[in-house]
Amino acid sequence: MSLEFAATVAERGFEVRLTVGAGETVAVLGPNGAGKSTLLNLIAGLLRPDTGEAVLGERTLFSLGAGGRRSWSPPHQRGVSMLAQEALLFPHLTAAENVAFGPRSKGVAGGAARTLAETWLDRVDAAALADRKPAQLSGGQAQRVAVARALASDPSLLLLDEPMAALDVSAAPALRRTLREVLADRAALIVTHDVLDAYTLADRVIVLQGGRVVDQGPTRAVLDSPTTPFTAGLAGLNLLTGIAVDAESVRTDSGHVVRVRPTEAFGSGARVGVAVRPVSVSVTGEDPGAPGEGMNALSVTVTDLEPRGDLVRVRGDELSADLPPAALAALDLAPGSRVWFVFARSETAAYPL
Amino acid sequence: MSRATASYSGVPRWIVAVAVIGAAFVVLPLAAMVVRVNWAEFIPLITSPASVDALWLSLRTSVISTALCILLGVPMAIVLARTSFWGQKVLRSLVLLPLVLPPVVGGIALLYTFGRRGLLGQSVEVLGVTIAFSTTAVVLAQTFVALPFLVLSLEGALRTVGTRYEAVAATLGARPTTVLRRVTLPLVLPALVSGAVLSFARALGEFGATLTFAGSLQGVTRTLPLEIYLQRETDPDAAVALSLVLVAVAVVVVALAHQAGESEGLRFWRRRSA
Amino acid sequence: MSLATKLTTALLAGGVALSLAACAGTSSSTHSGEDTTAAPTATAAALEGSITVFAAASLKSTFTELTEEFEAANPGVTVELNFAGSSDLVTQITEGAPADVFASADEKNMTKLTDAGLIESSAPVDFATNVLEIAVPPSNPAGVASFADLADPAVKTVICAPQVPCGAATLTVEEATGVDITPVSEESSVTDVLGKVTSGEADAGLVYVTDVIAAGDAVEGIEFPESSEAVNVYPIAPVTATENPDAAQAFIDFVTGEVGLGVLAAAGFGQP
Repeated sequence: MSLEFAATVAERGFEVRLTVGAGETVAVLGPNGAGKSTLLNLIAGLLRPDTGEAVLGERTLFSLGAGGRRSWSPPHQRGVSMLAQEALLFPHLTAAENVAFGPRSKGVAGGAARTLAETWLDRVDAAALADRKPAQLSGGQAQRVAVARALASDPSLLLLDEPMAALDVSAAPALRRTLREVLADRAALIVTHDVLDAYTLADRVIVLQGGRVVDQGPTRAVLDSPTTPFTAGLAGLNLLTGIAVDAESVRTDSGHVVRVRPTEAFGSGARVGVAVRPVSVSVTGEDPGAPGEGMNALSVTVTDLEPRGDLVRVRGDELSADLPPAALAALDLAPGSRVWFVFARSETAAYPL
Repeated sequence: MSRATASYSGVPRWIVAVAVIGAAFVVLPLAAMVVRVNWAEFIPLITSPASVDALWLSLRTSVISTALCILLGVPMAIVLARTSFWGQKVLRSLVLLPLVLPPVVGGIALLYTFGRRGLLGQSVEVLGVTIAFSTTAVVLAQTFVALPFLVLSLEGALRTVGTRYEAVAATLGARPTTVLRRVTLPLVLPALVSGAVLSFARALGEFGATLTFAGSLQGVTRTLPLEIYLQRETDPDAAVALSLVLVAVAVVVVALAHQAGESEGLRFWRRRSA
Repeated sequence: MSLATKLTTALLAGGVALSLAACAGTSSSTHSGEDTTAAPTATAAALEGSITVFAAASLKSTFTELTEEFEAANPGVTVELNFAGSSDLVTQITEGAPADVFASADEKNMTKLTDAGLIESSAPVDFATNVLEIAVPPSNPAGVASFADLADPAVKTVICAPQVPCGAATLTVEEATGVDITPVSEESSVTDVLGKVTSGEADAGLVYVTDVIAAGDAVEGIEFPESSEAVNVYPIAPVTATENPDAAQAFIDFVTGEVGLGVLAAAGFGQP
């Protein structure tokens, strides 16, 4: 079943139009406050928009035009279930009773609901947990049970609100695998911070910023070849923009000429984007002089240092580099330092904008 | 127990001293009463027909009042905690008023509502129901003063639990009534129990409103507190003995409420650690 | 444990102090007693100090009025008044409350104090009587006319519980006349009975004449001859431990004197 959605919420500056095709999984990316949760709550029926219309399959979720017929159906009639950051399993029910909750609410008899629950628990590898109370489950186990619960109610659309965000790093891969299986032929909308989720789970990506859709398209196209610094940031890429000098070099907006590897052909004079991973950029404190064939060296001023996991991100004017702390210490870097960022032509991806 | 010795509490000694004085202030009068009990006559005193009638009436009416409190108080708490409407704050204050109102004032108010010449009394009388001087009047008085306890404790619990579980249940296809029955109420059950126990205790101790509104007749409207008040006129020993019975019932009730509160705390802790 | 011991000690100490004071009071009273007999006119002129009068709650308006007149007549004397139920007052005096004069609403409570030796057995003087009267709401909706009418179950009658004086009096009248009232409520105070009548909840209530008069227009009073079966007598007496026996006696004389009788009669009290 497919979703056609358009809604505005004036109070939150929210104005979004989107579609989710039948069997399609769409990832919604965006910073905090972009309107991702508002979007899910509007679709689930937990929030009422000012205007807009949403149709899921044959069913009108809401239709709130300026004039004409106004309708709004409550959450329990929408066939939309939601999986949140926290599992939110009902603490007084066992795992199996939690999973059976949806079917029971729709009038499935006790025995049949229990069987259905066991089937779904089995599909998420949680059959052994059937009789445990939520308090006896780990975070990853609880989230798997929550997935089973969300699917057991046979939703036309599944909403996932950062389902992996509250999990241990060790528990996330198993759940990601489970989700990948169950989302395969299902209409779903997954809100995430993590591009890995988008790559592994989503067919298509929508980027929200300030309550508007700023970018959208097939996952790889959007994330591998970002067209805005914002999407590049989400994808964890540096984005240099400039004008093509020839088929393999670009003069960036700040005047550097870099040698690039085109992923799509462009002619000289075209406006071009160049994506470079920060880990592919190395930093040197001494002028490398004329770099070797296939290398680029850009003179930059360090603006900021930011720890990211076991690397430190060194931000320059239009580029960032990820360095191990030991390398950072050897260079004695601080904001204001003059350094050279060095990266290979082969590590770049250039495409017309 | 080992936790108490291991962790630093940092309570100043003078706080402990004042707390001890405060505890003594509460416990001493009870102890003084126990000292005054005429133990030789204790059993005959509390098993006299008047005493047994009063105790039985008190228990009966308090149970009915508690049931009424649950019946009316649960919807009130839900509306106060889960909806917002114009004048809600004012309404909440009004609903909680019996908590701070002198019970006699409550009795007078009930009189002017359900009395023979009251706002509703006349229409009720037309239906063949007389409330004045009946056990019904006792139940009304007790419900009036006890209701806020249930509403207050339940509303707090509903706010603490939040609406997230309810939202999940709704998206799973549960109608609002199903959500209430299978999710909301089980989640706030400990608070409901402790609120009901508090309401029961308040109903059991009700005196002023009953005296003003219901009257005092053995077996019909003379509850245990009224019996104690009356016995004091002629037979202080009986009054003290009955007071002790009331204290004993109250202690049991408070213990139950405390236990319910504990299990609520435990559940919350488990949820947090999960 | 040690706290309890300390408290006991404190209480004992208080008790000793109290009995010492009582002794002092007694001795001074003997002295002043001699003075009184020696120079009666001089004492009457030189009356001063303050006294505390413990009086039954039903005497509140009359005694408040009498006290004002007494203080006007004796500018050197201040009178503190303490009103409560007679049995409460007895408890207070027994526990050592500083009373100089005790005015009881019945003889039974006065006897408790004379038995306890806190008032000399010959001291109490009867100064007023009170009888029951039927109180009905202003329009007398149930048409009550006599004591016997109260036996009609259709008449909602409220009486005092037998444990309190007005209830005891009601029981006495019932037994003497053979009229069997089935009350809808037995209240623990006259105020509660009156409250039920003034609010219209009850058709009739049995209270004292003085209560009916004090209630003004809120109720109508219906006298009945059978009330003479239970005449309530109010005794007054100085407390033995008083430190100002002259003023105490002067107050009692004032109450039982011409002014006192007038004020009491106006309030509905009878003369013993």
